[in-house]
Amino acid sequence: MTVPAALHVPPTEAPPTALATEGLGVYYGDWLAVDDITLQVPRHHITAFIGPSGCGKSTLLRCFNRMNDLIAGARVVGRVTYGDVDLYDDRIDPVQVRRRIGMVFQRPNPFPKSVYDNVAYGLRVHAMTEDLDDRVEDALRRAALWDDVKGALKKSALALSGGQQQRLCIARTIAVEPDIVLMDEPCSALDPIATGRIEDLMQELRRDYTILIVTHNMQQAARASDYAAFLTTEVDGDGDRRRGKLVEFAATNELFTHPQDPRTENYITGRFG
Amino acid sequence: MTAKLAERPAGADLVRSGIRAQAANSSFAFVVRAAAVSVFVILVLIVVTMTREAWPAFWHSGLGFVTGTDWSPSADLYGALPFVYGTMVSSLMALVLALPVSIGIALFINEYAPRRLRAPGVYLVDLLAAIPSVVYGLWGVLVLGPFLLPYVQKVADTIGTWPVFSAVFGGPVGLKSMFLAALILTIMIVPIITSITREVFDTVPADQKAAAVALGATRWEMVRGAVFPHSRNGMVAAVLLGLGRAMGETIAVALVIGSTAQITTRIFAPADSMAAVIANTFGESSGVNRAALIGLGVVLFAMTIVVNMAGQFVARRSGRKGAGT
Amino acid sequence: MSVETPTRPAAAPLPTYDATDLVGARLSAPRRYKNRVATACVWASVILALAPLALVIVLVVKNGLDAMGVEFFTGNIPSTRSAATGMGPAIVGTLIVTAAATVMAVPLGVLAAIYLSEYGRDGKVAATVRFLAGVMTGVPSIVMGLFVYTIWVLNFGQSAFAGALALACLMLPVVIRSGEEMLRLVPDDLRNASLALGTRKSRMIRTVVVPSALPGLTSGSLLAVARAAGETAPLLFTIGAIQTFNPNLFAGTNTVLPIQIYNGALSPFEGAHTRAWGAALALIAIVLVFTFAARLVTARLSTDRHR
Repeated sequence: MTVPAALHVPPTEAPPTALATEGLGVYYGDWLAVDDITLQVPRHHITAFIGPSGCGKSTLLRCFNRMNDLIAGARVVGRVTYGDVDLYDDRIDPVQVRRRIGMVFQRPNPFPKSVYDNVAYGLRVHAMTEDLDDRVEDALRRAALWDDVKGALKKSALALSGGQQQRLCIARTIAVEPDIVLMDEPCSALDPIATGRIEDLMQELRRDYTILIVTHNMQQAARASDYAAFLTTEVDGDGDRRRGKLVEFAATNELFTHPQDPRTENYITGRFG
Repeated sequence: MTAKLAERPAGADLVRSGIRAQAANSSFAFVVRAAAVSVFVILVLIVVTMTREAWPAFWHSGLGFVTGTDWSPSADLYGALPFVYGTMVSSLMALVLALPVSIGIALFINEYAPRRLRAPGVYLVDLLAAIPSVVYGLWGVLVLGPFLLPYVQKVADTIGTWPVFSAVFGGPVGLKSMFLAALILTIMIVPIITSITREVFDTVPADQKAAAVALGATRWEMVRGAVFPHSRNGMVAAVLLGLGRAMGETIAVALVIGSTAQITTRIFAPADSMAAVIANTFGESSGVNRAALIGLGVVLFAMTIVVNMAGQFVARRSGRKGAGT
Repeated sequence: MSVETPTRPAAAPLPTYDATDLVGARLSAPRRYKNRVATACVWASVILALAPLALVIVLVVKNGLDAMGVEFFTGNIPSTRSAATGMGPAIVGTLIVTAAATVMAVPLGVLAAIYLSEYGRDGKVAATVRFLAGVMTGVPSIVMGLFVYTIWVLNFGQSAFAGALALACLMLPVVIRSGEEMLRLVPDDLRNASLALGTRKSRMIRTVVVPSALPGLTSGSLLAVARAAGETAPLLFTIGAIQTFNPNLFAGTNTVLPIQIYNGALSPFEGAHTRAWGAALALIAIVLVFTFAARLVTARLSTDRHR
């Protein structure tokens, strides 16, 4: 299938971009929750989204695989460019988008099925069933879970520990060979040791995937990401309604050592004490 | 791996494709929606087809169908008031008897029972609901009725001879009677009222009960002060839904009520109800008589619907979702 | 919680507090009295409900066993005066009619429940359907019998299938309501996990939501089946009467255990009464098998969840 000409967006300058947004905003009903976000997410890097709670960083993340479509009353304005298409173009099929742009959630959410069936689920949905066993093993290996579960593939995934479950969810996501993996506070329900293993895993996965991670943990962002976007909340004219705004987007080192915006500096220093 | 991903045409395969998959998606949505709408279709069909079949009787008797007191198919008279009366009185009597017992059982399970007796309490109610109504009817007509008869006779001979009281407890006494029907109905509606009442009691916030106890209330004072006030709407819903169930109950009543179309205040006398007369006489009816029995079904349907809608409305206002089983 | 029997560790004495009024006897007499009467009433109501249940079950078992023999299960139903105990056709009839009703009502009800829980949610259509399902739950069973009589029997005659239609109408709203409740217990996390993998909604529902809710759906359906199996009124005018075996669902009249109990109870003859008790025992056994099966499934569900 060829892409209709109008879908093409002029290529952007280097570094190679995985996703780009232009004037992106999200409404819940008539409340503008996230306003006017413009940024370019570099390919094969880890980009972290940080900011105070309620700043809309998770909402922003859910724009990239159109999960916001599933929330009644949510509406996205502006553009999200993936490769050379606008993800919110009428002709785009959100279901296909999600297959290319996978997501790992805050709480580990394995299906109440066996470990094997969890990883095989997406493969079966997308009819990638030749060499199913190999694909499942490969995904589990890349998620650093193979050694833990190779003897218990038929056991219920719910019997795994929280950290193992989250790695299983990562394996499930990468099994269908996405380009991009979105991670929505993937470690917030985990203990420090499990968190460390997920962070190590992210460094491994960076070679194959572009990773976008939302985190409330500043150390984690500083440790694990290459680029970082700082969002904050602004009270709008009406008073109590708050909206999320992008303050600063830069290489993580830059952002943490030489923040350009005083709000970023306050937030970072406040956090680090 | 990296190279492979980079070579993929970015975005081309995101364009809506897979017509078949999308068609499957929307046809599934259509099928489940159609299944949901079937409820509406069935209810409309009930009203339309039954009214149509009952029309000859409505036409024959006019408004007299619901106000007339004579039901005599051999004389072509169809006045359904004795049945409406029998249905209402037997149901209300059952309600009066069932309500305190149900509240008691609900309190037992939720507040009073020692922990190890709670689950058996729930089983008891489930079991009571699981026994088919025809079995209660069989027991009522072959066992309970004959067993109660001498006691009922004694009541009729004593209290039944006093002035005023004779209007309710006076003889003659029948083996089958409004009283026996109400007793059997009571057993049958206790489970539904109990389970709704329990659900309502469950919604009382634990900290309100704790607050009452912390103020030094006895268990009964806690129930009266924290549980009951919080549950008033829900209990009204339970009463209405129990009434609806009692009004529609057929077979057990048909076996024990005595099949006599009369309006009397004497509870030991035989009577009849709408559901019971349909069950007992439909088989040998024909023509306008059959239409009249279907007409009784329409009236019964309308009455139970009104009571049930009221019950659901109150239930919804009290924050409960369903009507239980 | 217990106010009446305060227990206090004897260890450290607290001389500054006067605790004598914590002793139960100091509770003012009317309060104590009221509390005791209320407790007695609560226990009394449980016994009041337990008594008929125990009496019915004991009598059904005792009298029913008298009728039970090989002939009960294999013999044709004799004439009402006879002392023979055959009840086979009614057992077969009950199983056929109930099975057919289940095949019609459960899939339709589960699909409708899927609509309410996955598509309609809080919309107007769903709210209306939910309300109407509640209304339909309240339709008296005899009215369902009359309805199927007018819409089916008048056109196609009496058969086991006509009876099954009436039972299915009674089961449908019960299956819908319990089904929706069970589907709603499936966490949204699982729905999102599936959708985020690029699964279409219909496939997500079939591969994640329904399997996760399956024990609950099964349990709710079994309870609906149990209730339908014991129904008499909807079958009185829809399946007709027969005293011999008729395994054909669509052709010819049929009979079921509840109708045989009803006929036996109306009959003045001893033999008919015995058969009625036997039929009651068989019916209760069938109903309780479904009820306990439902409980078993529910129990397994809760252990699965906690693993």
